Amino acid sequence: MRSDRSASAPLALKIAAAGGLLFLHLPILLIFLYAFTTEEKSYQFPPPGLTLQWFAVTWNRPDVWQALSLSVRVASIATAVALLLGTLCAAAVSQTRFFGRETISLLVILPIALPGIITGIALRSAFSMADIPFSIWTIVLGHATFCVVVVYNNAVARFRRVSGSLVEASMDLGANGFQTFRYVILPNISTALLAGGMLAFALSFDEVIVTTFTGGQQSTLPIWMLQELIRPRQRPVTNVVAMVVVLVTFLPILAAYYLTRDGDQIAGSGK
Amino acid sequence: MTAAVLFENVSRHFGAVRAVDAVDLAVAEGEFFAMLGPSGSGKTTCLRLMAGFEQPTGGHIEIFGETAEGVPPYRRNVNTVFQDYALFPHLSILDNVAYGLMVKGVAREERRKAAEDALAMVKLPGYGTRRPGQLSGGQRQRVALARALVNKPKVLLLDEPLGALDLKLREQMQEELKTLQKSLGITFVFVTHDQGEALSMADRIAVFNEGRIQQLGTPEDVYKRPKTRFVADFVGSSNILQPEFVTQLGAGRQLASLRPEAIELTGKKDGQLSLSGIVLSRSFLGASNRITVDVSGTKLHVTSPAASPVPEEGSKVTLSFAPADLHLMEAV
Repeated sequence: MRSDRSASAPLALKIAAAGGLLFLHLPILLIFLYAFTTEEKSYQFPPPGLTLQWFAVTWNRPDVWQALSLSVRVASIATAVALLLGTLCAAAVSQTRFFGRETISLLVILPIALPGIITGIALRSAFSMADIPFSIWTIVLGHATFCVVVVYNNAVARFRRVSGSLVEASMDLGANGFQTFRYVILPNISTALLAGGMLAFALSFDEVIVTTFTGGQQSTLPIWMLQELIRPRQRPVTNVVAMVVVLVTFLPILAAYYLTRDGDQIAGSGK
Repeated sequence: MTAAVLFENVSRHFGAVRAVDAVDLAVAEGEFFAMLGPSGSGKTTCLRLMAGFEQPTGGHIEIFGETAEGVPPYRRNVNTVFQDYALFPHLSILDNVAYGLMVKGVAREERRKAAEDALAMVKLPGYGTRRPGQLSGGQRQRVALARALVNKPKVLLLDEPLGALDLKLREQMQEELKTLQKSLGITFVFVTHDQGEALSMADRIAVFNEGRIQQLGTPEDVYKRPKTRFVADFVGSSNILQPEFVTQLGAGRQLASLRPEAIELTGKKDGQLSLSGIVLSRSFLGASNRITVDVSGTKLHVTSPAASPVPEEGSKVTLSFAPADLHLMEAV
């Protein structure tokens, strides 16, 4: 039996679909709701009253600012490292042939397939063996392991589409390696790098497991949230932070979606 | 006179594969030079050696008297028209054409003017603002040509530039390329697997097979006096006569080539050699008829003008040809 495209789906299917979507998204709305509750010790439903006081409280909590600042710094540095290393690695793997190419490709992708806890334990024991004290750099290192993969995957897919003869044409016309990268390669892969970079930033920003092993006493934003949930004081502060983070991250992700939606039209001529 | 491109015993081996094997050639300045051969014969690798995309594993290359080994593509005064054109998809046509001037630091106004002139030269004036994706294959080909020529190269390398075009367009471009080459006086080195293209355009042809040059000469030389069986087969079509057959004709015991159009069916004239045979089949090719004749076990193809009478299948005919058209070859 062929299904008619325009025919309406049965009611049961509609309800199931709606139920599934609600199950996915209602909890997020609940997070938003509890940011306004007057009750701070437990999350009782319905909230006894609504208030805006938690926004002011959050604003004045130095630990929030510290965690947020650490997270932003870590994510920025890890993304920058990933953009550099991921692009270089993707260029090598997709544009040249050398001994061990397939192996390198596999080893680069492996960290994202490994459970975070393995990466975390491995890095932690490596740090302690080498007597490296915990710092922002140990967190960055942990995050870079999977951020590189995300950028690499995006870049490799795009490099495959950029014909190798474009690079040859550029060299043929008198451009050296740097000019070829600047005027031919970069404009052709920029949207892939943008998408990969944003994904890497997002992954780093909410990472918990690897950070627990490589962060020591430092708290990134997700770790701070985890700690806040355990102690029953000013709980709605966590919800306020969560809400702001959702709103702030949603905009760039939306922008990335529109920028990379049609990959063939690449903005900017590189001049 | 210094050769535009000089190859001395040049080899390019990829592991055990001898893509180019001990090739000697000298392209004269201002010449239209074709490298002809089947795919995998080494002709494109030779072109890439000239462009600098490949380095020889042995031998010596000179471009206008200067050693070319180790010189990267961007420091050679040589430009290439690529088989897939390789236009930059993110740049406008004008920026594509001006690219070579841009990376050399030519001022914006000057390179814009040069690019517009180059576009006019390939008959695409006013196309500058479009993108490569908006042009047809033939137009893209012209842009690729303009992009290379705007740099005023000493040698222009063309890698099967007409391969992707349909027949009519290809014939038109052949003429235009030839005219352009004459008026600019630039040395053209042209790679093709189409023998008709090589014969009609080139001043000289190098016929490649299995990494080696089989024969190097003018189109007439290569066509009328093929040195090897491969050349006779690959350039045009030919009747390859076995040594035993050739001795019966009174020539030496050697492989020989006899072009189908050299054979006449109109009866023996003075000084001609003749054979008698039976017509096996005939086919109409438009401007001519192709007739297959069995001469005591050897099949010979004859091309006769469409205007002349066509013998019936199974009928007895006399084939005649000038002794000079029977061309003796090396055994290969």
